[in-house]
Amino acid sequence: MRFAIPIMLMLGVLALLGFGLTHDPREVPSPLIGKPAPAFTLPGLGGTPPQLGNADLKGRPVLVNFFASWCAGCRVEHPLLMQLAKQGVEIIGIDYKDTDADGAQWLARHGNPYRVVAADAQGAAGLDWGVYGVPETYVLSSEGTILYKHIGPVTEAAWREKIAPLMGGKS
Amino acid sequence: MTALVFAAVAQAQTAGLNAEQDVRYHQLINELRCLVCQNQTIAESNAPLAVDLKEQVKKQLTEGKTNVEITTYLTDRYGDFVLYRPPFKANTLLLWAGPFVLLLGALIWALWFMRSSRKPPVQPRPVDEAAVQKLLNETRAALAAQDEPKP
Repeated sequence: MRFAIPIMLMLGVLALLGFGLTHDPREVPSPLIGKPAPAFTLPGLGGTPPQLGNADLKGRPVLVNFFASWCAGCRVEHPLLMQLAKQGVEIIGIDYKDTDADGAQWLARHGNPYRVVAADAQGAAGLDWGVYGVPETYVLSSEGTILYKHIGPVTEAAWREKIAPLMGGKS
Repeated sequence: MTALVFAAVAQAQTAGLNAEQDVRYHQLINELRCLVCQNQTIAESNAPLAVDLKEQVKKQLTEGKTNVEITTYLTDRYGDFVLYRPPFKANTLLLWAGPFVLLLGALIWALWFMRSSRKPPVQPRPVDEAAVQKLLNETRAALAAQDEPKP
């Protein structure tokens, strides 16, 4: 009985540590989950298509992937995105804070998993979407609502456990 | 820290802002977190995102937005995490109230501890007069027997 208090304190500390160690502070929860995707109008990469907006995201579940040619994490997730595109997953690319030439060159070298690519040279759309570090991937419902945000490279596990169920449910 | 303050003062007025807006500008950028380098404010950070956010704050100030409008604009996009001073809400209850709960607990424990150590001292056992007298008599008798000269 003498040890009841120290043991309780210890369990409390362990519970707090357990919570702290299993949550990545780099993953800032997005306040946009469950809300319609922020309005944006961007030119396509290299001018094709001339313009891309919210209407292009509706009608079926899509992934919106913010990437850049200067982004190391994007190289990591790239093979998986290529594979998903092959499986028929629709991915919209947004080339974030990049030049058209660099973005196009990067896609030519590593392959292009995107149905269309928009160029967000100034990062204005990124700001509205709450992007703070590429790669970031948003799962959008067919109504254009943000269902989930993945921060950092998309992994096999993240796709299987988090993203695929959201996209499969409505397709 | 002082150096930082001096640096901020030495920067003088930020281009395109009047004196009042400039004061608010520095107030705001010192209360907003840079999400890339999470332990810095956007005032301290030179990360591209921090530069963008500073530009955004400046732009909105020149548009005549209030401080609340500007912070709301940012929390709508990045959540409360962007604020260095998190608001008091249900999910920040532990954060704000936790230290006071701990303090209260410690006070209760200290009071309890002080009370329990102030118990009256242990009373001596009551003396059994008869037994003492008996022991005394026996000892006296024994001593007397010893003192008697041996035959």
